[in-house]
Amino acid sequence: MALDQSFVGRSYPPTDPYEVGREKIREFAEAVGDTNPAYTDAEAAKAFGHPDVIAPPTFVFAISFKAAGLVIEDPQLGLDYSRVVHGDQKFAYTRPVRAGDRLTVTSTIEAIKSLAGNDILDIRGEVHDEAGEHVVTAWTKLVARAAEPAAEGA
Amino acid sequence: MTAKISYDSVEVGTELTAQSFPVSRATLVRYAGASGDFNPIHWNEKFAVEVGLPDVIAHGMFTMAEAIRVVTDWVGDPAAVVEYGVRFTKPVVVPNDDKGALIEVSAKVAVKLDDNRVRVDLVAMSGGQKVLGMSRAVVQLA
Repeated sequence: MALDQSFVGRSYPPTDPYEVGREKIREFAEAVGDTNPAYTDAEAAKAFGHPDVIAPPTFVFAISFKAAGLVIEDPQLGLDYSRVVHGDQKFAYTRPVRAGDRLTVTSTIEAIKSLAGNDILDIRGEVHDEAGEHVVTAWTKLVARAAEPAAEGA
Repeated sequence: MTAKISYDSVEVGTELTAQSFPVSRATLVRYAGASGDFNPIHWNEKFAVEVGLPDVIAHGMFTMAEAIRVVTDWVGDPAAVVEYGVRFTKPVVVPNDDKGALIEVSAKVAVKLDDNRVRVDLVAMSGGQKVLGMSRAVVQLA
């Protein structure tokens, strides 16, 4: 069943702050095999003009996607998450995420489309720091594949 | 932000150094832990097959993270990436053998924008298939 269009434009309350830790950034950089010293060496990061180590560009997804859970799990919206795949992902950065940041995310449903029985949901996550300054916007497109026809005899 | 590449030194069509990134089951387990994405399609073969996948697949966000390394290695300061978006077109299938999978990434300057920015278009392939589509980054150069 197609999702309710009236949810387009709906925003969810900001999340509790997520505190970005140096060791979490290091763990993430090691997991993707990225040895750029800006992620692990504060002096190297300072040489680039940053106050502390910064996170790789896609690091913030873990935070924005967790926030998108408010949308995904909204019982009123009724998305069937077991059929959801990640369609597109985009980030626009005002500045990189860095160690010590305390980030909150506000999620908004930007669009709902129904295409060949698939539900397509666009969620925008606005990520701000403790001072209320914008850090990054994350757009996540989720596709809930059409339910397969009921099995014979089911 | 201190990019080591100057805007004037690049032209439309300038190719970045292509890179290949190996992915094994161990890589995926490590990424799952670091990212907090424990969806069993990324580590449990039985589960993956039951939901219609050919085998365990890499996290799309893992592939996205690898692909941008071609850009961040080129430009030096990762903060030079001011926009980055991808479409997940095909999964990276990661068999449980000695080899795993390989993500091959190439990139070139597609458009020179205002304010010393360029758009870099990326191509990510695995197993002969394009795994990222519409993969683009806007990069602030010196």
